[in-house]
Amino acid sequence: MDSIINSLGTLIYATLIYTPPLLFAAMGSCFSENSGVVNIGIEGMMTIGAFTGAAVAYLTGNAWVGFFCAGLSGAFFGLLHAFATVSLNADQTIAGTAINFLAPGVALLVSKALFNSSDTPSLLDAKLPMLFNGVFDGTTVWSRFFKNIFNTYITSFLMFAVVILVWFVFYKTRFGLRLRAVGEHPRACDTLGINVQRTRYIAVILSGFLSGLGGACVTMAIMNQFRPISIVGQGFIAIAAVIFGKFRPQGALVACLLFGFCTGLKVVMGSNNVVSAQLISMIPYVVTVIVLILFVGRSRTPSANGKPYVKSR
Amino acid sequence: MSKNKSIFQSHVFLTLIAIVVAFLVGALFLGIMGYNPITVYTTLISGIFSRPRYLAYSVVYATPLIFVGLSVAFSFKTGVFNIGAEGQFVVGSMAACIVGIFVDAPPIIHVPLCFLAAAVAGAVWGSIVSFMKIKWGINEVLSMIMFNWIAFYLSNYLVENPAIHSDGTAEATKNVADSARILLPESLRAVLAPTSNYGILIAIVFVVIVYIIIEKTTLGYEMKAVGYNKNAAEYAGIGVNKAILTAMAISGALAGMGGAVQLLGMGQRISLFAGQEGFGFEGISVALIGASNPIGVFFSGMFYGALKYGGSKLNLIQAPSEIVDVITGTIVFFIAISHVFKVVRRKKKEVS
Amino acid sequence: MGKERSVDLDTKVIEMKNIVKKFGDFVANDHINLTVHKGEIHAILGENGAGKSTLMNVLYGLYRPTSGEIYVNGKLENIDSPSKAIQCGIGMVHQHFMLVQPFTVTENIVLGMEPVKGITLDMAKARQDVVEISERYGMAVDPDARIEDISVGMQQRVEILKVLYRGAQTLILDEPTASLTPQEITELIHIMNRLTSDGKSIILITHKLKEIKAAADYCTIIRLGKYIDTVNVSDVTEQELASMMVGRNVTFTVEKEEKEPGEVVLEVKDLHGRDYRKVEILKGLSLSVRRGEILGIAGIDGNGQTELVEIITGLRKAESGSVTVNGENIFNAKPRKIFEKGVSSIPADRQKHGLVLDFTVAENMVLQNYRSPEFQHHGFLKKDAIRKYTEGAIKKYDIRPADSAERPAGTLSGGNQQKVIIAREVNNDKDLLIAVNPTRGLDVGAIEYVHRYIVEQRNKGKAVLLVSFELDEIMSLSDRIDVIYDGRIVGSMEGKEADENTLGLMMAGGTHHE
Repeated sequence: MDSIINSLGTLIYATLIYTPPLLFAAMGSCFSENSGVVNIGIEGMMTIGAFTGAAVAYLTGNAWVGFFCAGLSGAFFGLLHAFATVSLNADQTIAGTAINFLAPGVALLVSKALFNSSDTPSLLDAKLPMLFNGVFDGTTVWSRFFKNIFNTYITSFLMFAVVILVWFVFYKTRFGLRLRAVGEHPRACDTLGINVQRTRYIAVILSGFLSGLGGACVTMAIMNQFRPISIVGQGFIAIAAVIFGKFRPQGALVACLLFGFCTGLKVVMGSNNVVSAQLISMIPYVVTVIVLILFVGRSRTPSANGKPYVKSR
Repeated sequence: MSKNKSIFQSHVFLTLIAIVVAFLVGALFLGIMGYNPITVYTTLISGIFSRPRYLAYSVVYATPLIFVGLSVAFSFKTGVFNIGAEGQFVVGSMAACIVGIFVDAPPIIHVPLCFLAAAVAGAVWGSIVSFMKIKWGINEVLSMIMFNWIAFYLSNYLVENPAIHSDGTAEATKNVADSARILLPESLRAVLAPTSNYGILIAIVFVVIVYIIIEKTTLGYEMKAVGYNKNAAEYAGIGVNKAILTAMAISGALAGMGGAVQLLGMGQRISLFAGQEGFGFEGISVALIGASNPIGVFFSGMFYGALKYGGSKLNLIQAPSEIVDVITGTIVFFIAISHVFKVVRRKKKEVS
Repeated sequence: MGKERSVDLDTKVIEMKNIVKKFGDFVANDHINLTVHKGEIHAILGENGAGKSTLMNVLYGLYRPTSGEIYVNGKLENIDSPSKAIQCGIGMVHQHFMLVQPFTVTENIVLGMEPVKGITLDMAKARQDVVEISERYGMAVDPDARIEDISVGMQQRVEILKVLYRGAQTLILDEPTASLTPQEITELIHIMNRLTSDGKSIILITHKLKEIKAAADYCTIIRLGKYIDTVNVSDVTEQELASMMVGRNVTFTVEKEEKEPGEVVLEVKDLHGRDYRKVEILKGLSLSVRRGEILGIAGIDGNGQTELVEIITGLRKAESGSVTVNGENIFNAKPRKIFEKGVSSIPADRQKHGLVLDFTVAENMVLQNYRSPEFQHHGFLKKDAIRKYTEGAIKKYDIRPADSAERPAGTLSGGNQQKVIIAREVNNDKDLLIAVNPTRGLDVGAIEYVHRYIVEQRNKGKAVLLVSFELDEIMSLSDRIDVIYDGRIVGSMEGKEADENTLGLMMAGGTHHE
C-alpha cells in the first residue's frame, strides 16, 4: 500500500515536472493557430527561450529576469514570423521551418560567444524557485506523498494559472473574441473595422513569448543549464497537443497533461527492468495515436488557418 | 516552353540571391559575436573545396539529404507536408540494417535487397499516416510527429536488442555485412574519402526517376492535380485518396532509402540516439531551397551537404559551426518571402 | 409591397462625385455620380462586372478611390476604412455573407463593437441589445443560435442587424436576394420599407429588374464602369431599365430550332440523399432527360439542386433510389465510371471544381481523359498530342489569348476560363451534358457564347440537364422545365408554355396540386 502511494506520488510529481514546457508552448500555439497563422517555429522559439532563460539567469543571478527575457527572445522570433507571414504573406510553414533553423542556430552561436561552449554554465542559485520546499517533512506516508508531489518548481503551478488566463482571454475578453474571429473569417473582421494584421501580429508575438517561457521551463527548472539537447521536439509535441485539443486551450491542457503523465510513467516505470525503457518511452506517442483514433477523430481547424489574408485596395 | 524556363531561371536567380544575403546575415552575426567573418568563411570554403577529399566528404554528406529532399519535394507536389520524413528515414535505416546484418548474399543482391527493405519500411511508415487521415480524419501533421518519435524509440529498442547489439562496448548495432555496403573500391577511396560510396549515383538515378514521374507520367499528373486543387481533381474522376496514399508511399520510400544510403555508405551501423538526427528537417530545407523540383533538390542537397561538412571544420578554429544553421535558416526565410521580390520584378518588367 | 414612402429630397445623406477606381490599367469605375436622400431606396443597376460592387466597396472604405469625392450629410469625408464608414453611418451587407460560422448570432452582431464591463466582454448586455434591436425592426432572430445552424434568410437578417447595431443611417445591400426564396424576398422588402420609414436610406445593388420595380424609388444605372443615368423608377418600364443596363434592346430568347426529343438518356428515380450536414435534402426526386432535349431545373438555391448534381456526377453518395444513363446503372458509382458511361458536366464553381488553376490550359483540357490512349502510353503522357488537341480547341472555341495552351489557366480571364471548361466538356462529346449555373459571373457576350454551345449540344442529339438559379436562363434555353422544391420535382412544363408567375409560385412551394 505504501509503495503504491509512493509511486503515485512520484507519478504525479513527474507529470507536474514534464508538463510545463509543453503547456506554455501549447498556449502559445493556441494563440497563433486561432488567429489563422500556422506556427511550426514553436520548436525554435522554445530553444531560444531555453537558452536565453538560462543565460540571463546565470549572468544576472536573477531567475525571474531570466524567465522574462526567455519570453522576450521567443517573442522576437514571433515578431519575425509575423513579419514574414502577416506583412509579407509568406508561406507559413516555410517561414516556420526557417525559424526552426535560425533560432537554435542563434542560441548556440551566442552561447559559444558568451560561454565558449554550447552549454551554458549551471544555474546554482538562479533556478526558478520551488514553492513548497520544506513544507512537508516526509516522515509519514502521506507527508511523503505530498512532499513528492509538491517537490516541484513554481512552473508546475504557474502553468495552471497560465491556462486559466489564456482561457479567460480567449472566451471572456474582446481581444479573444476578435482573435478567434480573425482566424475564422478575416475578411468579415476587416469589414467590421477590426485590424486583422494587428490582431495576428499580437497573436504570433504572444505565441513566441509563451514558447520562450516554455523553453525556459526546461533549462531553469527540469535541468539547470542550457544544452543543445535541451529542446528536442517538445515544440512539435506542443503543436500536436493543440491539434489534439481541437485548438482550444482547455483541450490543449488535457493533451499536455496526457503527454506529461506518459513521460512521468516512463520515468517511474523506467526504473524496473521488466520492460525495455525504450518501449516505455514510446508510450506517450502510441497513446496519442490510439486516443486520436478512438476518441478524437476529425478535428476542426480554424477556417482561415494557414491562409494569408490579402487585403485588396 | 520558353515561359517555363524563364520562371525557373528567375527562381534559380532568387535562390542565389537568398544564399548571398544569408551569407551576409551570417557575417553580420559573426561580426557581432566577435568573430572575423572573413576568416570563418575562408575556413568554411577551403574546408569544402581545397582538397578532393573534402569535396568527396561533402558528397557523402549530401547523398542522404538528396533522398530526403526528394521525399519531401514529392509530398509537396500532392499538397502534403511530409514532416514525417525523419521517422521514415529512421525505419528505412532500421530495415536496411536488419537485412544488412542477417542476410547473407552477394553484393549484387544484398545491396538492392537492403534498399528494397528500406523503401518498403519507409513507404509503410509514410502511408500509415495517410491511411489514418483518410480513414479516421486524423490530422497528418500531428500523427507524423508522433510517428517520428515512435520510429526513434523503435530504433533505440532495436539497438538494445541482444541479437543485433554490437559485440563490443559501443551502444550500437553490429556492423552491416561488407556485402551490403556500397563503398567505392579501396583505390578510389584512398584518393577520395574513406566513406566515398556509390550512393550519389543511386541518388542521381532517383532524381531522374522522380523527375520523370512528376513531369511525364499520368501518376505525376494525378498527384499534381490533387496537390493544386483537390476538388477539381475529384470532380474530374481522379481518386484523391489513392493519389495521396500513393504519393506518401513513394515519399516514404524515398526517405527510407535515404536511411539506407546513410547506413550502407557512411554509418555502417545504427547507434543509440540521444536526440533526433534531424535528417527529416534538413530534408524539408533541401526541398524548399530546391523549389520542390527534383533537379533543384539535387543541387540544394549538394549545397547543404557541403555546408554541413564545411561547418564541421569551423570547430578547428574555435568558430561556431552553428553559423551554418543561421545561414540555412536565412536562406529558407528568404525563400518564404521571395514571392514579394517576384512581384516587384514583374511590376518592373511591366513598366519597362 | 406598395411604396408609400416619403423621401426627403432636401436631405442628401450620401453624395458620391466623379468616383474613379482603377485596378492597374483596368478602370472599374469611370467618373460615377450617386446621390442618396434620406428615407429612400436607391437601386444601383448593372450587369455582372459593371462596377456596382466596386463602387460600393469604395463607399464602404474597402477600396480607396483613385479620384473623386464622397460627401456624407453634406460634409466631405475621407472614407479610408470600414471603421470610418461605420462612423459615417454607412453599413454594408455583402453578397457573400461576412459571418463567422461557429460564432453565435449575438457574437456576430456585436463583433467589432462589443460591449465590455471592465476587461471582460459583457455578453449579457450584448444579447439584450440584439434582442432589443431585432424587436424594434421586427426581425426575429435567435440570439444564441450558431450561424452554421441557421438558414440563409436568417443569416441575412443577422447581417442587416449587424449593420443596424452599428447605428447605420445608410444601408448598402449587395445583391441581397441572390439566394432567397420568393417569400424571403417579400419579407426583405417589408423590412426595407420599415427601415426607410424609420428614416434610414438603402442602397440596393441588383441586376433584377422586378425587385427594382417592387422596392426602389430611384435607380442609377452603370454600364462597363460608366455612369449612364439616374431615373425615377416609377417613370420607366422594365424593358427600358434593361436596355439601359446592357446598352441595346435585349431579347430574352435564344434562337433554337424545333427538335423532337429521342430516347431517354438520364433517368433518375425516387432519389433520396442528404446534404453535408446529414440533413435529408433529396426526398424522392425523379426526372428524366432525353436525347435532343434541354431539361431545365428551376428552383431557389438550397432545394437540393447541388446535391442532385453531385450525386449524378458521383461526388456524393445517395441514400436510395436509382440513376441510369442509357439504361446503365450509375447509382453511387465513382466519378470516373460515370464519366465513362457518358456524363460530362460544367460545374457551378469553375475555380473550385472546373479547373486546376496552376495547371496549364493544355493540362486542364485532359483533366478527365488523360488516361485515354490518345493522350498517354503505358502511363507516360503524350505531351505533344495534348498540346495539339488543346491548340485545336483554343482555335475552335476562341479561347484567348490564342497562345494560351502552355499558360496556367489561372492567368486567363473568367470568361476564357469558362470557355476552357466548355471546350473540354463539349469536346468530350458525352451523351449527357450537365450545366450548373454556366453563365454565373460572365458578361453578356460570354453568356451568349455559352448558351450557343449548350443549344448546339442539344441540336447534335445530346441530352442536356441545365440547373440554373436564373429563371430567365432556364426559360430561354429549356425545352422542358422541371421545378425543384424541397428535394422533389413539384411541377413540370414545356419550355414554350412556361410563364414566370406559375414557375415562381411553384419554386416558392406554392400549391400547384390540381
